[in-house]
Amino acid sequence: MLSNAIGIIQDNWLLLLIGQYPNGPLGGVAATLLLSVLAILLAFPFSVLVALARLSHLWALRIPATALVYGVRGIPLLMIIFWVYFMFPLLFGISVPGFATMLCTLVLYEGAFLSEVVRAGITALPAGQMDAARALGHSYGSAMRFVILPQALVNMLPSILSQFVSTIQDTTLGYVINVPELTFAANQINNRLLTKPFEVFLILALTYYAICFSLTQLASWLERSIATRRAGPAMPKLVLAQ
Amino acid sequence: MKGFDLTALLLNPAFTGMLARGLLMTFIVAIGSWLLAMSLAFILLTIRLTGGRVAEAAVAVYVSYHRNVPTLVQLMLWYFGIASLLPDALQEWLGDHNAEAIFAVIGLGLCQAAYFSEDLRSGLRAVGRGQTEAARALGHSYIGMMRFVLMPQALRNAMPALVNHTVSLFKNSSLAMAIGVVELTHAVREVENESFRTFEVYLVATLLYLLCTLALMTGGAMLGRRAEAMGAR
Repeated sequence: MLSNAIGIIQDNWLLLLIGQYPNGPLGGVAATLLLSVLAILLAFPFSVLVALARLSHLWALRIPATALVYGVRGIPLLMIIFWVYFMFPLLFGISVPGFATMLCTLVLYEGAFLSEVVRAGITALPAGQMDAARALGHSYGSAMRFVILPQALVNMLPSILSQFVSTIQDTTLGYVINVPELTFAANQINNRLLTKPFEVFLILALTYYAICFSLTQLASWLERSIATRRAGPAMPKLVLAQ
Repeated sequence: MKGFDLTALLLNPAFTGMLARGLLMTFIVAIGSWLLAMSLAFILLTIRLTGGRVAEAAVAVYVSYHRNVPTLVQLMLWYFGIASLLPDALQEWLGDHNAEAIFAVIGLGLCQAAYFSEDLRSGLRAVGRGQTEAARALGHSYIGMMRFVLMPQALRNAMPALVNHTVSLFKNSSLAMAIGVVELTHAVREVENESFRTFEVYLVATLLYLLCTLALMTGGAMLGRRAEAMGAR
């Protein structure tokens, strides 16, 4: 069984790594990572806007943002993928490649989850930070930009990294609309070989495990080091003036 | 694209029947895997608490695997991979008994058990050390202490996380369509293919999902409040 698995990797490592590129679209691990990185990069500014809207005292901002977050959290990702998949061509009259469809879906979906992280990060800061910034003459916007968000973001980094891991896992769902990524590549190999499904899907699972496990470890290391930093350096001993 | 007409979908018994059967299968998969996950979570927790170092490490590996491998890939490994290793007689039996749904319940249940057991563990960790000592001082055995003193408090602490993960388990039941289970999302695709009422059928299915998850969320919040009130007593 092990030799089978090694044989499959030897024959297909390029397909698993980059798909049919450059003779076809980019696929495999490369497409999975590209899709996840783009999704989280675009989802982040979106999530900050949604979080600010949810914290706003203007109901016209707060209610739609809250509805969006609850709606997205309440609907399976698969349903959202299908919505985007058929609404896009309908609204814009052009057929959109699977990669772009999946990217838009992920920005919406991960953005909604990330906005909860951002909101928690902002509300976790002492209210005095905002009061002090306003007292110093900052406007609301500039207090957010220069005082609140920079502090909140550092505290949020581990959670953002965890959300990135979830994003990588969620890209697998692109398989149902034929987005060329890692899961898709594994299914291609399986359809070609037909006789070794266990080995193929075990390789697939272990590949995801290697990627996500290292990122999860990184996230918990980051969390520990931020906690240590927040605890501050050991208090210097008081030197009493004689 | 035809004009928007919800009645064309809802008044057609063939279509509503397909959606209802799909919803029923969604419930079967979700409830089946929830029960499997919960019972397994308690077993995992017990092993972690009472087993030796090896058993503890094995549970840690189990949890790490199920949290770091995408759920869809786990389902594929079960349905396409592990199923092919089973003896022929068992494969045949499974084939006659909706193998897709069985593997979906196994895959989703085993995956979610990892999350549930971690929720319970951190709930238990949050119970104060004094509770253990007090329970022992009152003459409780280990099991009595767990059953009457620690677990009730641990469950209360873990309630919000358990509710969240129950909601995501319910949502993840839609992944079962990828291995051919005819649940709600799968039924939606079928109705769409036959009726061409894409917008309407997605709308109905989305509202059904939302109704269920919002009910779970509010029900969970109510349970949480009740648990808190009991704790304050």
